[in-house]
Amino acid sequence: MSQAALLPTRRDEAWRYSDTDALGTLAPGRLDAWRNIDVGAGEQLVETLVLDGSDPVALDRLRVTIGEGGHFALFALVIGGDLGRLEVEVSLAEGAHFELGGVTLGGGETTREIVTKVDHGQPGATSNQVVRSVHWGKSAGNFLGQIEVARHAQKTDAGQSFKGLLLERGASVNSVPQLEIFADDVKCAHGAAIGQLDEQAGFYMAARGLPPETARRLMVQAFIGDAFVAMVDDEAREAMTERALEQLEARL
Amino acid sequence: MLKIDNLHATVGDTEILRGLSLEVNAGEIHAIMGPNGAGKSTLAYVLGGRPGYEVIAGTVSFMGQDLLAMEPHERAAAGLFLGFQYPVEIPGVSNVQFLREAANAQRKGRGEEPLSGGEFLKLAKEKAALLKLDMEMLKRNVNVGFSGGEKKRAEMVQMGILDPRLAVLDETDSGLDIDALKTVGEGINAIMRSPDKGVLLITHYQRLLDYVKPDYVHVLSKGRIVKTGNAELALDLEREGYDEVIAA
Repeated sequence: MSQAALLPTRRDEAWRYSDTDALGTLAPGRLDAWRNIDVGAGEQLVETLVLDGSDPVALDRLRVTIGEGGHFALFALVIGGDLGRLEVEVSLAEGAHFELGGVTLGGGETTREIVTKVDHGQPGATSNQVVRSVHWGKSAGNFLGQIEVARHAQKTDAGQSFKGLLLERGASVNSVPQLEIFADDVKCAHGAAIGQLDEQAGFYMAARGLPPETARRLMVQAFIGDAFVAMVDDEAREAMTERALEQLEARL
Repeated sequence: MLKIDNLHATVGDTEILRGLSLEVNAGEIHAIMGPNGAGKSTLAYVLGGRPGYEVIAGTVSFMGQDLLAMEPHERAAAGLFLGFQYPVEIPGVSNVQFLREAANAQRKGRGEEPLSGGEFLKLAKEKAALLKLDMEMLKRNVNVGFSGGEKKRAEMVQMGILDPRLAVLDETDSGLDIDALKTVGEGINAIMRSPDKGVLLITHYQRLLDYVKPDYVHVLSKGRIVKTGNAELALDLEREGYDEVIAA
């Protein structure tokens, strides 16, 4: 069978807004390469990821299992490739927590996306996902977030927050929250908002002497800041923010 | 310092300023008073260069330069400060970062060295104390969660830090209680009362002028200055109302 036949298409739910044409450049078998992360019971793990580079596809696929009472936090910047895609599948044991802070940034004709599937298969687990997308040119930013809560997974608390900021006409963001809840005593909150730079704030900043590019950088910094609020390590947070802003400035 | 000559400006399709002329020299404080809809805020925004406020005729020179040819941030760097009637909230950006970036952008525009973090904080503390604003407020996000009075005092702290040549203050007195009005008035005097600076105070009411004594008072009506006098004129307006004074 040819590889083309195996590649996903936009008919696949998890690839609905993706740039599947870019996948043709991938080495055979690349799409099957998942990284496994196992967080043991009671363990804590923080991972930061930057998907960058100028290859046609910047792809990372993670399968995460978090043991009882374990805690896994993932902070990611998706800023590379014609298609930049971070995919995360998480399976939570009882009382485990998954935290995601993700940012996509892009211009030109790029597609940058974060696709998550969080499996609340056991009671008392929590998850919180915050994704911010900043796009310009004809670029697209996508967040597809699936949450499954099993019938006996009572006291589940799962949150999703997505916001898109469009710097120019022609850019787009897509958000697909998908919640499948079979338990009754759960909290699942999701929110999505899309906006443009606040003109009033822009003029206020200009009136204090900030050139438009500086004002824009400050506003984008504030916007993406939400995704990294949960980072305990100040230096790591500043480094991630700085890396995102570099990308913004390089493409202004 | 500021010379406005026969200024006509529109907002949308409506002509708001209709031949306004005014000159502010260094060392002078001018008050502009007038009824609602006279064009007071429009004048402030036109001077600041707000998008959507279009000048269709007339000239404005500031420190010998064509003000209307400059971008809003260039006007600030040239020494113009616009005090907002409704200061804007900027979530996620602290006052300290905002003002330090603003001060240094202005300094860069003038070819000066940037302020270090320490120098900036010292300056910010001094100005916050002058306006009786808790330094902790400056660590918070710009105007977010500030009361009306706190926003106005924060505006004046910004003015103190940025140290402009000309301040155009659009109803800085609105939303202030009696004590805050006194603090703000004294702040304006401390920061701007100087032989090389000028102030254009836009206000509805005479009460701020008890603290900031104007050298000239102008009455703005239907987009033009219809009467000019000294501080006495403001008292006449307060006593007799705009209609009476404009008709006289």
